[in-house]
Amino acid sequence: MTHALVGLESRRVEVEAHIDGGLPGFAIVGLADRACAEAKHRVRSGICSAQLEWPLKRITVNLAPAGLRKEGSGFDLSIALAVLAASQQVSPERLAEHAAIGELALDGRVRPVRGAFAVAEGARRSGLDRIICAPESACEAELGGVEAIPVRHLAEAVAYLRGELRPPPVDPPDEAAEPDPPDLADVRGQERARRALELAATGGHNLLLAGPPGTGKTMLGRRLPSILPPLEPREALEVMRIHSVAGVLPPEQPLITRRPFRAPHHSASTAAIVGGGAGPRPGEASLAHRGVLLLDELPEFQRPVLEALRQPLEDGMISIARAAGQALFPARFQLVATMNLCPCAGRGDPAAECSCSPQRLAAFRDKLSRALLDRFDLIVTVPRPQAEELAAGPSEPSAPVRERVAAGRLRLSRVLPARTAEADELLSRAVERLPLSGRGRARVARVARTAAALAGADAVLPEHVAEALAYRSPKELSV
Amino acid sequence: MNELALASFAAANDAHLVGEPRSARFAAFKAGFDSAVELERLRALGFRFLARSDPGFPTLLRAIHDPPPGLFLRGEAETALLARPAVAIVGARACSAYGRQIARSLGRELAAAGLVVVSGLARGVDAEAHRGALEASGTTAAVLGCGIDRDYPAANRELARQIAATGLVVSEYAPGVEPAPWRFPARNRIVAGLCAATVVVEARERSGALISADFALEEGREVFAVPGEITSALSAGSNALLRLGATPLTCAQDVLESYGIAAPEPPQLEVGATAATVLERVRESAAGADELARATGLGAGELAAALTELELAGAVTQEEGIYRACS
Repeated sequence: MTHALVGLESRRVEVEAHIDGGLPGFAIVGLADRACAEAKHRVRSGICSAQLEWPLKRITVNLAPAGLRKEGSGFDLSIALAVLAASQQVSPERLAEHAAIGELALDGRVRPVRGAFAVAEGARRSGLDRIICAPESACEAELGGVEAIPVRHLAEAVAYLRGELRPPPVDPPDEAAEPDPPDLADVRGQERARRALELAATGGHNLLLAGPPGTGKTMLGRRLPSILPPLEPREALEVMRIHSVAGVLPPEQPLITRRPFRAPHHSASTAAIVGGGAGPRPGEASLAHRGVLLLDELPEFQRPVLEALRQPLEDGMISIARAAGQALFPARFQLVATMNLCPCAGRGDPAAECSCSPQRLAAFRDKLSRALLDRFDLIVTVPRPQAEELAAGPSEPSAPVRERVAAGRLRLSRVLPARTAEADELLSRAVERLPLSGRGRARVARVARTAAALAGADAVLPEHVAEALAYRSPKELSV
Repeated sequence: MNELALASFAAANDAHLVGEPRSARFAAFKAGFDSAVELERLRALGFRFLARSDPGFPTLLRAIHDPPPGLFLRGEAETALLARPAVAIVGARACSAYGRQIARSLGRELAAAGLVVVSGLARGVDAEAHRGALEASGTTAAVLGCGIDRDYPAANRELARQIAATGLVVSEYAPGVEPAPWRFPARNRIVAGLCAATVVVEARERSGALISADFALEEGREVFAVPGEITSALSAGSNALLRLGATPLTCAQDVLESYGIAAPEPPQLEVGATAATVLERVRESAAGADELARATGLGAGELAAALTELELAGAVTQEEGIYRACS
C-alpha cells in the first residue's frame, strides 16, 4: 500500500500482487506511467540482489484504483514488498500495517523520492501509522505524523517485517538549523522604502520598488522575510506539503518554520512560475505560499507570466487544468517586485541621463498592465541614496522591526480599525484631486488601516490616509 | 473662397504653398472646386475653417511674413479665442522631470492669469503645458503639424479631445493630411505667430523648440527661456538662447509683466505645522523623501503624510521619487 500524488493531494493506492502458475512473467497493471512501469526491472534486480527468491511464476501486480494515473518511481518498494508477501517470504498481515515509499536501486538499496511528507500524511489519514521509506525521507515522513521506518536496503525492510531487525529511531529535525535570512541592518538610508517594507510585512501588502539600478531595491526586497513572523504550525504543514511534492524539501532539514522566499529569474516560463507539467507540479508561486515571491526586474518577465500571476494574487489559488483532471495549488504569497523606471535605467538617476525613445518607454510600460499594477498596494520610487547616507552607521536591524510588525499584525487580526470622518473626507478629496481609481482608493484604504495598526491607533486618522496616499501608483508608471 | 481652395490644393498635392500658385494645374483645380460643398463637408465632420481674409483671423498671425491661407479648427471654443492674448510654451519632447514640472506649472499659472496657452501637442513639454492650462480650467490651443482629425501623436489623443472640449485644436493643413517631418517646423511658425511671447522650457541644441524661438525673434516677439543646468544636454539649447539675449524666466510673473497683467493673488496655503516645515525645506531645493527625512528629523511615516498633505494642497509635486516645490 502506498499513495500517489495528484497535484498536492495524496490518494491511497493499494498495491496487490498475485502469483499463479503458468509461464514465468511479470506484469504491472493500473495506469502506470513509464517510470512506474519500468519498476519491474528494478524490482526484479532488487529482490535478487537482496538474496531473496524471485518467484519463477506468473506475477501480476495491480495498482488500485486502476483508473488513477500513477507516475514516478516511488512505487518500487511497495511493489517489491507486495511480491515478497505474495510469495510468503514476508508476512502479508504484517505488511498490511505499513505504507511504503521509495525507489529501488538494482542492488536493492532504497532511494528517496519526492513527496514523502504528503504520502505520510495520506497514510495517516488512511489509518496507517508506519511508513517504510529511505533514511533520507524518514525525517520528512515523521513530520507527516506517522512513524517512519528508515531502511537502507530492501533486505533491511524484509528483516524488519520478519521482526529480525529494529530500525534506528529517527532524529527529530533541528529547528535552529535553518539559515537566518539577510538582516535589514545591512541597508543604509532608504527610510521610506524601509517604512514601506514594514507596512507590507504588517498588512501583507504587495510591494513594488521602482528606481534606478544600484539603489538597493533587490536588497530591500530580500530582507522582507527577516521581519515577517514565523509560520504558524498549520501554515507550516501547508508549506511542507507543497515543498515535499515539488521535491525541494531538504532531506536533512525538512522542518520549515520560516516563511519561504522565492526569487525566480526573469527568464522563467509560465509553467515554472505557476506550476504545470503532465502530472502538474507546483511552481514558484506555490513554493512561495505563505511567504514572499520576489520578482526582480518585473518588466523583464514575459507578459503571459505576469498575467498568469493575477489569479493567485486575487484568490490565493492556482488551478491547473489538464486533460486528466484539475490540480489546485495554494499560492497565497506576498509579492515584492523591483523595476527600473525606463529600459535604459537612466531615469530617476541624477548621474545618468535617460536615452530612451518615447516609443521604447511606452513599450516598457505597456508590459505592466494596469490590472497587474493594481495588485500592488504599495509602490515606492527609490531614489539613489546620498553619499552621507551610505557613510552613516548601521541602520535599525530586523529584530525590533519584526516585533512592531508582530504587534501590528495582532491588532489587525483582532479588530480592523475604521476611518474617522476626517480621514474619510481626506480620502474623498484625494480621489478628486489625484488620479486615483476606485481600486486605487480601496488600496489606499487598506494601507491606511495597516498604518493605523502599526501606530497602535484605534481608528484610521487622516495622517494614516495621507501616508498611504504617498505610496500610490506614481504617474510616471501610468502611460 | 480662395483660401480654402488653396489649402485643399496644398493638401491634395502634399505641398506647402506660400502664395497662390500661378500654375495651370491650380487654375484647373480651382475651377472644379466648390468651396460651399467643401465647407459643408467640414461642418459635417464638426470642423470649421477660418480664412486669412476673415476679420476674425488673429491679427498677430496675419502679421507674420508667411501667414497660412487659413486655419482649420476643431473644438467648441469661439474663433475669438485665437485673438486673445496668448503665450506659447514650447520645449523638448524628451525632457527631464524638471522640464515637465516647469511646463506644467507655467501652463497652469499663465492660463489661470487669463492667457491662452498655445503649444504643439507634442510629447513632453508641449503636452505638459496643455495639461497645466486644463488643470487651471484655462483655455489652451494646440497647433498641429498634420490634419486636425489626425490625433498625432497617438499617445496624446485623449489630451487633444480634452483641449477641443474647451479650447481649440488648429492646423493650416486640411483634415486627412498625414504628419511629415517638414510640416513641424512650419507648424512652429504658427505657434510662435499666434503669440506675443514664446517661452522655451527645455531644449537641446538644434531642437525644434528653437525654431519656434527663431520665428518669434524674426517677428520681433518676446522670447523667454527657462534656465537649465549648464551641464545638462537637455538644456543646452535653452541656455544658448539666454546667451543670445532671451529673457530669463524665473517665474510665471516674468511673463505676466510683459503682458501688463497683474498676477492673481496666490491662494493661501492651509497646511499643518509639520507640513509647513517640510515645505520650507523643499523650497530650498528639490529632494527625495529620505533626504527630507534627514533634514527635518521626521520619521518616514510622518514625512510621507506631510508630503501628501502638501501635494494635495498643490504646494509640491513628486516625480521619480524627487519632491519639488511649485512656485
